[in-house]
Amino acid sequence: MSEIGEHHGALAHHFEDLEQQRQSADLGMWIFLATEIMFFGALFAAYAVCRWMNPAGFSTGTSLLDVPLGTVNTAVLIGSSLTMVWAVQAGHRGDSRSIIRNLVGTLLLGSVFLVIKALEYSHKFHDGLVPGSLFTYGGEQAAGVEMFLCFYFVMTGLHALHMVIGFGLLVWLILLARRGRFTKEYSNPVEGVGLYWHFVDIVWIFLFPMLYLLEH
Amino acid sequence: MSESTAPIARPPAPTREHYLNVKYGIKSWLLTVDHKRIAILYLISITAFFFIGGAAAVLIRLDLATPAGDLVSSETYNKLFTIHGIIMVFFFLIPSIPAVLGNFLVPIMIGAKDLAFPKLNLLSWYLYMIGGSFTLWAMIAGGVDTGWTFYAPYSTTYANTHVIATALGIFVTGFSSILTGLNFMVTIHMMRAPGMTWLKMPLFIWAQYATSIIMILGTPVLAITIVLIAIERLLGVGIFDPALGGDPVLFQHLFWFYSHPAVYIMILPSMGVISEVISAFCRRAVFGYKFIAFSSLAIALLGFLVWGHHMFVSSQSPYAGMVFSLLSFLIAVPSAIKVFNWTATLYKASISYQTPILYAFGFIGLFTIGGLTGLFLATLAIDVHVHDTYFVVAHFHYIMVGGAIMGFLGGLHYWWPKMVGKLYPEAWARFSALVIFVGFNLTFFPQFLLGYLGMPRRYHVYDPEFQVLHVLSSAGASILGIGYLIPMVYFLWSLRYGKDAGPNPWDAKGLEWTIPSPPTTFNFEEPVTVGDVYDYPTEDETPPWKQGSSEGAHV
Repeated sequence: MSEIGEHHGALAHHFEDLEQQRQSADLGMWIFLATEIMFFGALFAAYAVCRWMNPAGFSTGTSLLDVPLGTVNTAVLIGSSLTMVWAVQAGHRGDSRSIIRNLVGTLLLGSVFLVIKALEYSHKFHDGLVPGSLFTYGGEQAAGVEMFLCFYFVMTGLHALHMVIGFGLLVWLILLARRGRFTKEYSNPVEGVGLYWHFVDIVWIFLFPMLYLLEH
Repeated sequence: MSESTAPIARPPAPTREHYLNVKYGIKSWLLTVDHKRIAILYLISITAFFFIGGAAAVLIRLDLATPAGDLVSSETYNKLFTIHGIIMVFFFLIPSIPAVLGNFLVPIMIGAKDLAFPKLNLLSWYLYMIGGSFTLWAMIAGGVDTGWTFYAPYSTTYANTHVIATALGIFVTGFSSILTGLNFMVTIHMMRAPGMTWLKMPLFIWAQYATSIIMILGTPVLAITIVLIAIERLLGVGIFDPALGGDPVLFQHLFWFYSHPAVYIMILPSMGVISEVISAFCRRAVFGYKFIAFSSLAIALLGFLVWGHHMFVSSQSPYAGMVFSLLSFLIAVPSAIKVFNWTATLYKASISYQTPILYAFGFIGLFTIGGLTGLFLATLAIDVHVHDTYFVVAHFHYIMVGGAIMGFLGGLHYWWPKMVGKLYPEAWARFSALVIFVGFNLTFFPQFLLGYLGMPRRYHVYDPEFQVLHVLSSAGASILGIGYLIPMVYFLWSLRYGKDAGPNPWDAKGLEWTIPSPPTTFNFEEPVTVGDVYDYPTEDETPPWKQGSSEGAHV
């Protein structure tokens, strides 16, 4: 490793050099994402089994969701992944201003997503399409619809929770970038959060067709 | 090292700075990022949980001494075995070796200064404590009566106890386990000292690596299952309750997908300890290094494919049952490979009978019994007969107590001098190892007979014909309890009065024995390069005075 690398302020005491530190951080994030896949994977499996047991209730439930809003949200989220990629690239160049610009863009697009999501949630509450004591749907497949909505809220809720955590990480990165912490040699945190953000996006890419589009 | 025979009182040695005395005060412990200090924090916490779980076991065994179940009410009895199971599984066994010995040793054994993510490591401990406090609170506030398995729909619809709070505690603690596994994996991948290739790693490290795989892939499944239980309970939506259109077998699938591999989280690290202890006290490298290393990985992977053997009588498809039965037989193969290799290492070795290897002997014998009775249970027809009886209880205690705890205690004795720089009293330690072995067998062997005769698990009122065996078991449990208290006392005693251990009291190989005891904060003063960590003298190098008598003198 170069002289600059070895004496870089960001090098933690227990690593030999920045390259080892960067690879460790990357590997750590990938392993974390593996645990996340198992976390959401088990939820998807439960969804599949319940859907298989209550096909009619689940397709009725799907028809109650707002496809246009979901589609807009999908586009918004993919857009936020694009700005995130740009931020990671800017990190590799050590360009703090560009990092900040793109992270703010990601943050804004993410907020748009959550606002639309909140809108959808409030419609559901208004229509009594919420599992539990507020549930007022009186159609034929009420029990199946309630189970579907339960999965809908758990899955999109956990996804939204991941986004909120992502917001915290983005703000943290922006503060670090403003203090000029990122250089050409060191931008691991941007890369790690980038991986995380893309993962949260991919979860949505699976959730959207499973919940909104799969009517039959 | 220099224990002189001079009768005059030695002047106090100049105190060397090490990880224990580098800083003092509560804050220096609660905010530490030193993996060794975090290991000590874990040791104290899991010991506390062990004695809470143990107290519940004492009450259970006392109650079972009479067939009438007259000590506690049925409700209390249900809560007691639930507390015992939850505390022992999630708050003692799963973190025991990884979080204490693993935390302490993984960086040292591979020549690193710390784990890859020291702050994350501290966070793991805090998550463990938060989860533990939550669960303890739930137990004090009224307890849970679902059993540690939380089977639905009882847990989601009918149980009238603190299911959600307990579940939340386990959920949070699960993340502690995930983060520990993640930290170990990255550390083992990225931070090995120059020269330590994968196939030169100590076998304890291989075991920790295999365990970490299970922790990171299994635990999240349990986490989401617990979330679904809590949501079903809160909202009354039937994901698992058949009366509401759900599927209780789905719960069992999700639960055992984690909870069966979790058994390997408990036993694999112990196997790693046994490999190290046997090689140290036989003074030779373990026979068949690669087989032991890769059998750990094989157990981790196969462990994910056998969960269905918990559900042979739960309306699982009989074809699935056959496949799960076959796979469960298969997983016995890598475990047997280890037992064969340890035995081959012991064969004609010059063994020194110190406490750690006594525990290793205990482990091999008891684990073998536990493993072989596991094959009975993997057999479909026999499982129908002994399912949910004391046979199962005895089987998994032979693995979890006879295996996992024996390994933990053996490892704790082996590395105690390294951790605190003091020797424990050897005579007391040998005595307590014997007490534990006798107590354990007296407690659990009668339970095999009970189960075979038809005594169901989780009952506290039983047919008087079972009383003799239950009394034997309870008597054994009291011996076992005393056996566990003795080490607690002499370990604490040794902190103050124990002899100085020196860097290598066992004359063992491995990086941890090349540095002073206790180690300094960053473990190694100089850069490390590694050759062979099992560099014991080969047969050819045996001194001539030993060669002549190799036929029978050295058993």
